[in-house]
Amino acid sequence: MANKNGKESLQVKFEKNIFAMYLAMAFAVSLAGIVEIVPLFTNPDAVKDEVVMPDGSTKSLLWQRAEGQKLADWKPGDGVRPNTALEVAGRDIYQREGCYLCHSQMIRPFRDENERYGHFSLAVESKYDHPFQWGSKRTGPDLARVGGKYSDEWHILHMRHPQALVPESVMPKYRFLDSAMVDGESIQAHMKGLRKVGVPYTDGDIAEAADLVKGKTEMDAMVAYLQSLGNMIKFEDGVVYRE
Amino acid sequence: MSLVERYDLKVVKYFIVMASIYLVVGTSIGVYIASELAWPFLNDLGTDLPYFQFGRLRPLHTNAVIFAFGGSALMASAFYIVQRTNQTKLWSNKMAWFTFWSWNLVILLAVITLPLGLTQSKEYAELEWPIDILLTISWASYMYNFIMTIHIRDRNKVPHVYVANWFFMGMMVMVTYLHVINNLSIPVDWFKSYSIYSGVQDAMIQWWWGHNAVGFFLTAGFLGMMYYFVPKQAERPIYSYRLSVIHFWALMFGYVWLGAHHLQYTALPDWAGSLGVTISLAMIIPSWGGAINGILTLSGAWERLREDYILRFLIMSLAFYAMSTFEGPVMAAKTVNALSHYTDWTIGHVHSGALGWNIMVASGALYHMVEKIFNVRLSQKLLGIHFWVHTIGTVTYIIAMWVSGIMQGLMWRAYDEYGTLAYTFAESVSAMHPYYAMRAAGGALVVLGAITMLINIIITIRKSNREQVSAQVATA
Repeated sequence: MANKNGKESLQVKFEKNIFAMYLAMAFAVSLAGIVEIVPLFTNPDAVKDEVVMPDGSTKSLLWQRAEGQKLADWKPGDGVRPNTALEVAGRDIYQREGCYLCHSQMIRPFRDENERYGHFSLAVESKYDHPFQWGSKRTGPDLARVGGKYSDEWHILHMRHPQALVPESVMPKYRFLDSAMVDGESIQAHMKGLRKVGVPYTDGDIAEAADLVKGKTEMDAMVAYLQSLGNMIKFEDGVVYRE
Repeated sequence: MSLVERYDLKVVKYFIVMASIYLVVGTSIGVYIASELAWPFLNDLGTDLPYFQFGRLRPLHTNAVIFAFGGSALMASAFYIVQRTNQTKLWSNKMAWFTFWSWNLVILLAVITLPLGLTQSKEYAELEWPIDILLTISWASYMYNFIMTIHIRDRNKVPHVYVANWFFMGMMVMVTYLHVINNLSIPVDWFKSYSIYSGVQDAMIQWWWGHNAVGFFLTAGFLGMMYYFVPKQAERPIYSYRLSVIHFWALMFGYVWLGAHHLQYTALPDWAGSLGVTISLAMIIPSWGGAINGILTLSGAWERLREDYILRFLIMSLAFYAMSTFEGPVMAAKTVNALSHYTDWTIGHVHSGALGWNIMVASGALYHMVEKIFNVRLSQKLLGIHFWVHTIGTVTYIIAMWVSGIMQGLMWRAYDEYGTLAYTFAESVSAMHPYYAMRAAGGALVVLGAITMLINIIITIRKSNREQVSAQVATA
């Protein structure tokens, strides 16, 4: 097949030379990623970690950890921090049990979601989440700000037998978490892995991890993780958190 | 010379049989987890065992239908089509067998590891890093063999590469990118790793992968099937060559942008979400280009639909394809997405594509190949049963999810006369019960259809083997 002017079109060349076509395809499918994904890594605004306060000063949304401070010295509202050893164990279980398949951790800026779940989520809040746990489906409610909403005892009863507390629930029972223990050594290995991908753990955090999870059940870990969700930033009136 | 002597078809046969087995397995797990949502006591199978709970089995369902069934169907048809359209044997029959065994090993490992809770927790990319590496090698062998088979064709006999091959190749290129980039992670032991990405970047890369697993694995690859089997079964040339060129390149370029529409109103920067939506809306043109090209191939031969069930599968699949590629852009539009995101509508949309388009076009393709390779007619009665059971099951499923999805969206945002939220979350859960039951019933019909396909294919193969033996005895 040829054009009106008798020259072979590019398409015809591709159809005759399969390697040329391969390269053309590889080029065509790369463009979107370059335009849409690369800027998320290069532009710091994608994960904004500071805000302008009403008095004009800037404030970091990350926990400003002083030298020698332990993870346990953090107080709710101090800013986004890495998970503690027990929370890492809980998060591993959250992944293992596929919780993300039914629960989102991403509140959208709508009135009903703000009233039901709390302030909309910020990118910086999942800065240390490898991989992200935003989810895509709400068979159960969003958990982005479930931390502090219920007591530890409520969570334990609910995990053991969800229908005892919420009769309409379709959630499975997680009684087996009560009898499984958290392994200190593997949590240390996991924290080292997380440090390699960019979570700022200190040597001290990793060293003390085994002691911190000693004697803890998977249920304790799960509850610790759930209680940590969503209370790292203290949201204040008059501050623009997202344009 | 018969087909079997001219080409390497044994590996194709094996992929066909495995695809029909995996379809039964994958859809059965789907019905089980759908039933768990309707009747949660099913999660307790074996007191205090986690292995059969929704969170453990759902990744197994998605991996089984996408990679086990879809992958085997794609490999069977790619190896068949590349030989037929280029009139040559495979570049390497041995390598095709390597692809077969390594791919099935990946699936076996998935069946073992996913119920054990060994997962990266990225949707459709749950498999842990050693299995990911094996999958990459298997996929690369598939792609290399495919391209080299095209390369060694006799250029005097076949100067141009036929359109079905472009689609398969596009899929192979993109799926390699997606799989490798999305799964980059740091292992902490043999069965646990952490993604190198976090938060917003990880979300974007995950849905770049997630949407293009659909766009390339389940669309481009299956369009490759469509472009070969529809004209073959209809015994007519494809409606428009020009249209296929345009919609091919539009699809290659366009699909990749869509991932961002999964993240609208989230912490992803607004410009990225909006860009994803804009291209999503435009994607209806190339998508319908393919559907129209396939359906119009039949123009002038519509009466064949009356007696040819295989053709019915293929044409019905295109009708569902057109419907769900219309639904997709609608759901991507911001105002609709605000309601539909996080609801069952998403699940319904995926299944109108998966059940209506993928399973139907692949069933047509598998049936066509069985008749050609084994040179024997399938049971028309079973074909008819499969067609109707599957169609009714699919429609039941989709309708259940439309109703439940839209209802969820409306209940979550409803306010009462005092200006407070009208429903608790738990109320929206209990309102879903009848639709979850209906969805499980629709899914059960799909499983029933898959079982008739497996039976039909197996008795046909056995019949063909018997006939060959008696033919040999007769000539001896």
